[in-house]
Amino acid sequence: MRIEVTVNSEAREVDVWGGESLLHTLRERLGLPGSKNACEQGECGSCSVLLDGKLVCACLVLGAQADGHEIVTVEGLGQEGQLHRVQEAFVETGAVQCGFCTPGLVMASVDLLERRPDPSDDEIREALSGNLCRCTGYAKIFEAVRLAAAR
Amino acid sequence: MDVLTPRSLDEALTLKAQHPEAVALQGGTDLLVELNFDRRRPQAILNLAEVEELRGWSREDGSLRLGAGLTYAEVLESPLAGQLPALAEASRTVGSPQIRNRGTIGGNLGTASPAGDALPPLLVEGAEVEIASAGGSRRLPLREFLVGPKRNALESGELIAAVWVRPSGAPQTFMKVGPRNAMVIAVCSLALAADREREEIRASFGSAGPVAGLVTATLGEAAEFPERVAAAASPIDDVRGTAEYRRHALRVLTRRALERCLA
Repeated sequence: MRIEVTVNSEAREVDVWGGESLLHTLRERLGLPGSKNACEQGECGSCSVLLDGKLVCACLVLGAQADGHEIVTVEGLGQEGQLHRVQEAFVETGAVQCGFCTPGLVMASVDLLERRPDPSDDEIREALSGNLCRCTGYAKIFEAVRLAAAR
Repeated sequence: MDVLTPRSLDEALTLKAQHPEAVALQGGTDLLVELNFDRRRPQAILNLAEVEELRGWSREDGSLRLGAGLTYAEVLESPLAGQLPALAEASRTVGSPQIRNRGTIGGNLGTASPAGDALPPLLVEGAEVEIASAGGSRRLPLREFLVGPKRNALESGELIAAVWVRPSGAPQTFMKVGPRNAMVIAVCSLALAADREREEIRASFGSAGPVAGLVTATLGEAAEFPERVAAAASPIDDVRGTAEYRRHALRVLTRRALERCLA
């Protein structure tokens, strides 16, 4: 079946299989592999994207459900040659180790700072509670969110 | 696999009557896991996410109608959270922000897991389920709707339209045991309301029996209530905990919930 989606401000049409997740649609059909595929059950957050402005796990949305909706992936955050301030803060604080969890954590941090420009530590913890970093780099990730908020 | 996406409740009910085998889908937090792991491959999916009538909540004659598509994140918003405080507490323990943005009350009822976090708080508030089909609608008390582990009373061609609750205004709370705060399927859970108006205590436990159970007593029986709740449970040993631990935890949770609600 064919669906129409707006991805990172661009209108796209794509054929999907009825049973596939939005994550599969993004990665395998739309050429956007920034959202990572790990647990496929909403546990790890590495596929986090914004769907109509709300943070969701792309692995738990049916691709067909995105028809007519707007998606922002990690590829849509910065401009060419210019990272988003959250991405910059992750780089500067060394909040990236193996990097696999990074796109999801960046999306969750962007979502948090949209809603709460000056979050408390507890609010950061809560906002990132659905994202796992198996390198356990949480201290640096916290620093990155605080730095991005300060800017 | 066909995906049917109705734009109104009437259309959804017509499609469900024509395709009774179609599996209803709201936020996808349960069904997508089964699809991703190839545990289930339905012939058709009925995507209810575009049905306006299933969204949000409304107030009618002192009762609240929670649309089946109401998300946990929406339950946490004021003024609804103040009307149903135990349901709001439970919603806050569900998954993560990502899951709470997608998961719905209707989906929790549809899945009918013994661990469904929305079920105990709704049971202590005497919730009723509005079930719709092309032939009309009916209402069923939630405790009759839940008939077994992952089994509910929906018949062929029926969909969950809403949940009705008349907020008791009673002090109430929800507690959940698990290894961390986020992303936890309850080892066991408890909702409790201390209703002085009806001189009644109502408790409901999750993950401690084949369905979320409801236990009631008079306010005067508060002292023995923790034991009554533990005795009413029929927990099993599984990967998340032992039956013995669950019974013990229910006793402790009931005592703490009573302290909180009778203070």
